[in-house]
Amino acid sequence: MSETKDTKPNATELDAEHWLQAYEQMAKIRAFEEAANELYTSARMPGITHLYIGEEAIAVGVCEALRQDDYITSTHRGHGHCLAKGAALDKMFAELLGKEAGYCRGKGGSMHIADQETGNLGANGIVGGSAGIATGAGMSIKLRGTDQVAVCFFGDGALGQGLLYESMNMAQLWKLPVIYVCENNQYGEYTHNSKTAAGSMVGRAAGFGVHAQAIDGQDIRTVHATARLVIDRARKGGGPAFLVCNTYRFHGHHVGDIDRPYRTREEEAEWAKRDPLKLLEDWLVKSKQAESDVFERIQQDVKSAVENAVNYALEASFPSESEVDRHVYA
Amino acid sequence: MSTLDNGVIRSPAVHAPGERQITFGQAILEAITEEMARDGSVFIIGEDVAEAGSVFKVLVGLLDQFGPERVIDSPISEAGIAGIGVGAAITGMRPIVDIMFGDFTTLVMDQLVNQAAKTHYMSGGKLKVPMVLRTTLGASRRSAAQHSQSLHALFSHIPGLKVAMPATPYDAKGLMKSAIRDDNPVVIFEDKMLYQERGPVPEREYTLPLGQADVKRAGDDLTIVATSSMVYVALEAADNLASIGISAEVIDPRTTNPLDTEALVNSAKKTSRALIIDEGYQQYGVTGEFASVIADGAFYYLDAPVKRIGAMNVPVPFSPVMEDLTIPTAEYVVETAKALCG
Repeated sequence: MSETKDTKPNATELDAEHWLQAYEQMAKIRAFEEAANELYTSARMPGITHLYIGEEAIAVGVCEALRQDDYITSTHRGHGHCLAKGAALDKMFAELLGKEAGYCRGKGGSMHIADQETGNLGANGIVGGSAGIATGAGMSIKLRGTDQVAVCFFGDGALGQGLLYESMNMAQLWKLPVIYVCENNQYGEYTHNSKTAAGSMVGRAAGFGVHAQAIDGQDIRTVHATARLVIDRARKGGGPAFLVCNTYRFHGHHVGDIDRPYRTREEEAEWAKRDPLKLLEDWLVKSKQAESDVFERIQQDVKSAVENAVNYALEASFPSESEVDRHVYA
Repeated sequence: MSTLDNGVIRSPAVHAPGERQITFGQAILEAITEEMARDGSVFIIGEDVAEAGSVFKVLVGLLDQFGPERVIDSPISEAGIAGIGVGAAITGMRPIVDIMFGDFTTLVMDQLVNQAAKTHYMSGGKLKVPMVLRTTLGASRRSAAQHSQSLHALFSHIPGLKVAMPATPYDAKGLMKSAIRDDNPVVIFEDKMLYQERGPVPEREYTLPLGQADVKRAGDDLTIVATSSMVYVALEAADNLASIGISAEVIDPRTTNPLDTEALVNSAKKTSRALIIDEGYQQYGVTGEFASVIADGAFYYLDAPVKRIGAMNVPVPFSPVMEDLTIPTAEYVVETAKALCG
């Protein structure tokens, strides 16, 4: 299912320097995820994890339009959101490995990274489970009278959850500053959304009167420009928005999903042509805003930063046993 | 004599002389009003809480005092408003989420059980969820199976949640105020049949700790642990037992989580017999937990196995003749107590 017919804003307000920063953020997420995959396949990471590779333009395009004191809620496929909102690589890896130095002292793991200092209200293991939380953050913003914004990231799988519709309805009723960002990566686990989502995706939100549009989620310029518009609008009291960002999960549902029998290699090859990092790189080179060797250097930098963070996390201590019943209650 | 008569419970509770008497509903409203006046981060959201003052008319006047920004009529979206509560709580507010019938709490399970209860822990202690979910319990309003359940056991089961179930106006006010000030998600169950119940409530400021049981009546021969409106059933039974020479102590845990295990165990040690009454379904109910606590802590002091009486394990029926069979009565408590002390 594709709904990419909507606007492609031409206002790309960032200069070359900022686009290179955005590229670096995307490259960092990519390198983080590749390292996470490696940690899993080499049996050094407990449990499983869900990789964000292929969808980087959405987290970075949106979060580059946010302030540090703005909020996000994230998903089980959430490493990209956390990093794009400002999380540190070392504490992220430490959390993935269940170490005390992790963002959640090893209590949350890959699916529950939260960091209030960067406005990250938490990734969520329940599909659609954070729709209410992001909306509540919007309610809190309204009641406290600040001009913050809350962004709720979720996948197309969450379109099956009633909570999302309850939340959007209330956000529009009360003009809450909440941006619902649907990362339509085509599959809910192993099932294509043509089998699970009837009718129009944007129509779901439009029915509530929520500003809704579908955009190309691979093109960070489009994502960022659109996000900027709806975020600024929400900040000024214009109410919520719903963005369907069409994208693709380059890897499987989780790191163990390596055969992917539910989709074709041809389909994957088609989407691989639209790698968000490559698209931005090509545009910056073609428009003569950057030389191609810049990207190689950025790649090396982030890989080395990731390597250091992985080593830090591998060497970090596990929590002591006395930690197990701490933080049940505040 | 039945405790429940035309929807009004006649309390045998002792009233302290000279103290102001207000109803349970007024006590709840006073607690919320005082806390909203004291702390600007407190707000209440729910179906018909504002214009209508709630379906049980408990919140009448709140909207006039605090306005629609802080007393918010919501759509019929229980999960959504619970989610709003969690998100608002994480970001600095102290929301009260109003779910008018306890039966409807089944619609907010994910937001309470997976989100509110676990956020503090999963975040390694970084995020807090200081929210209150107030809801109701209790049968005998002839409301049938979807408006009559007492589902507090479901929430008492969950680490990270606190659960309060006040029996008297005094407890209702003190526990509600503490719940609002608590940094954790607290579910408060109010018995729909208690709203008109009057009792002494001091005008001075006070709160009651969550996790402290109250001796509603002292006695020597038998401990009756009772929750919410079952406290009145227990007190009536204790009156009747006294007339045949059995001195019953009535203990009200007031909160099921945290549970004042010490109070339960100490009373059972003193009396050597324990009977537990609760309006939740008996199977897998809080009565089982209480009984286990007493059996573990007072085993060598007990002269008889701990007995428990919950609601009958059937959906609550509509027809009054059937509905009345499903909830514990004073008569049945007396019979059980006599057998226990025999």
